[in-house]
Amino acid sequence: MKLDPTVCVLGEDVGHYGGSYKVTKGLAEMFGDLRVLDTPIAENSFTGMGVGAAMKGLRPVVEGMNMGFLLLAYNQISNNCGMLHYTSGGQFKVPLVIRGPGGVGRQLGAEHSQRLESYFQSIPGLQMVACSTPYNAKGLMKAAIRSENPVVLFEHVLLYNLKEKIPNEEYVLCLEEAEMVRPGEHVTILTYSRMRYHVLQAEKTLVNKGYDPEIIDIRSLKPFDLHTIGNSIKKTHRVLIVEECMRTGGIGASLRSAIIDNFWDYLDAPIMCLSSQDVPTPYAGTLEDATVAQPAQIVAAVEQICQ
Amino acid sequence: MAAAALLRRLPAARAPATAFMAARPISDSTATLTIETSIPFTAHLVDPPSRDVTTTPAELMTFFRDMSLMRRMEIAADSLYKAKLIRGFCHLYDGQEAVAVGMEAAITRSDSIITAYRDHCTYLARGGDLVSAFAELMGREGGCSRGKGGSMHFYKKDANFYGGHGIVGAQGQLFEALNISALWKLPAILVCENNHYGMGTAEWRAAKSPAYYKRGDYVPGLKVDGMDVLAVKQACKFAKDHAVANGPIVLEMDTYRYHGHSMSDPGSTYRTRDEISGVRQERDPIERVRKLIYAHDLATAAELKDMEKEIRKDVDAAIAKAKEISMPDTSELFTNVYKKGYGVESFGPDRKEMRATLP
Repeated sequence: MKLDPTVCVLGEDVGHYGGSYKVTKGLAEMFGDLRVLDTPIAENSFTGMGVGAAMKGLRPVVEGMNMGFLLLAYNQISNNCGMLHYTSGGQFKVPLVIRGPGGVGRQLGAEHSQRLESYFQSIPGLQMVACSTPYNAKGLMKAAIRSENPVVLFEHVLLYNLKEKIPNEEYVLCLEEAEMVRPGEHVTILTYSRMRYHVLQAEKTLVNKGYDPEIIDIRSLKPFDLHTIGNSIKKTHRVLIVEECMRTGGIGASLRSAIIDNFWDYLDAPIMCLSSQDVPTPYAGTLEDATVAQPAQIVAAVEQICQ
Repeated sequence: MAAAALLRRLPAARAPATAFMAARPISDSTATLTIETSIPFTAHLVDPPSRDVTTTPAELMTFFRDMSLMRRMEIAADSLYKAKLIRGFCHLYDGQEAVAVGMEAAITRSDSIITAYRDHCTYLARGGDLVSAFAELMGREGGCSRGKGGSMHFYKKDANFYGGHGIVGAQGQLFEALNISALWKLPAILVCENNHYGMGTAEWRAAKSPAYYKRGDYVPGLKVDGMDVLAVKQACKFAKDHAVANGPIVLEMDTYRYHGHSMSDPGSTYRTRDEISGVRQERDPIERVRKLIYAHDLATAAELKDMEKEIRKDVDAAIAKAKEISMPDTSELFTNVYKKGYGVESFGPDRKEMRATLP
């Protein structure tokens, strides 16, 4: 926001309150009420406002207090955000960033535990990334703001408290690139966002058992970084996808399809995909744990693939 | 007031404690009492109802009891949340009790209610019991939504209580609803529990016109002191008669929540402690009824205190009972996804550990 006066933020309680997850803390004091705009509770309207502002030359960052609330703005995101560049024959661009926390949290209930990347992935013209560490959150956010295309940046409710030393200076990560978390030889594990941490937990057990998994945080949910993913598959010949989306129609389902289309000949085993259950996320803690993939299941899956 | 009551009871004072209580029990009389509301109603496009509300001693005592129960429940929920027995999001209603209680006094269980996430007390007012409420908050299978909904998803079908919803807002939908209900003259009452803050944003920062009772435009509206249970009752009675005859009406309840928006919000960054304690001192709904009870000599301070103690015990007992209820069985993950059994198979994340046919 310091570098470019066209960058602005809008959303509920982003200004004076500092953001419900403190992401925009201090910004209103620095940049004023207009550049850090507290909107009424009207997602459809303020997302539409963001699109209009972007068309006019600003670079707005729209916050959904919880990604789930953006369902109320679906029309804006799909029809206006995603399609305008195309339907106007290239005249208008929409350099908008839509960001917010999503995913399954700690007993937040069904409506506040949604994975909107499943629903948005079909929208043409939209780009989607998911950050998972403080380092890639900063880099991806900066890249998203600089992008000329509308980018949806998926943060996760449970990852806001992560602490990491990151460089003070400017750095931008590539929006379309996946992140090699751990190189390996036996199996390619593709994951993103919070599931990265379940995979890393499983990694400890796997390494003890003598496995050498290659872990890739795909980061770019639309489009997929098939270059990095492909190179990995050509090396290991086995794929496990670990995602938080539901089994039906999630990122995993699309990724699986894409891998089969492009790398079928390199596979030595069927692609395995660990997704969440096709159920609304229950409130009860034990049931909620049973809806998402747990480290023990990841270990079992790797053992099965590598047989 | 208390002194006068004592004098009248002097002959019985020599009797043992139980007889003393029996000498003049808490009034359950159904004799009519007419009480004036704290302030007159403000109306939009309709003639406001009278400030004189008819009630009975029995009803006032019920108001006191019901609101005290709700207050106790919410305060207990606060402690349970801090003890991590309630997780996730928890939006408390303390301060707003008069709205839930007053409303119920004016309508029946065949009238339907739907609300947002601040629903614990609405559930209770609709006939919900403490145990199922606490069980739901703690995610147990004895909860009103079998532990699967949580704080924001309380429902009660047999009482026509339609929940209990997490995602709200979308002002456009409000205006769509106003238009359609007015167009087709639907008997709908749109109640705005105006506690003056949308989480951290004050109403004047979010609404061009915070006179919500007027926002219906062609739909009439009434502004009500939401901290006065009698005013709420009067307004709802008026609104129901109006809605059934003429179509929709808006009720703006001027109320206040003592807690923050939810348990994750301290509630003090966007309002001063003086404001909160000021409202508590001057407008608390329970204290208002307490004063009425004394003024009409319906019960003594000691009796009310005993009632409150009993309520506290009931709440504690309900919590204890709820704590004993077990968490839902893992098979519950798959029930209630569909109503009709499709025989669709659902797999655990690894397709092996858990496999169920959606019932």
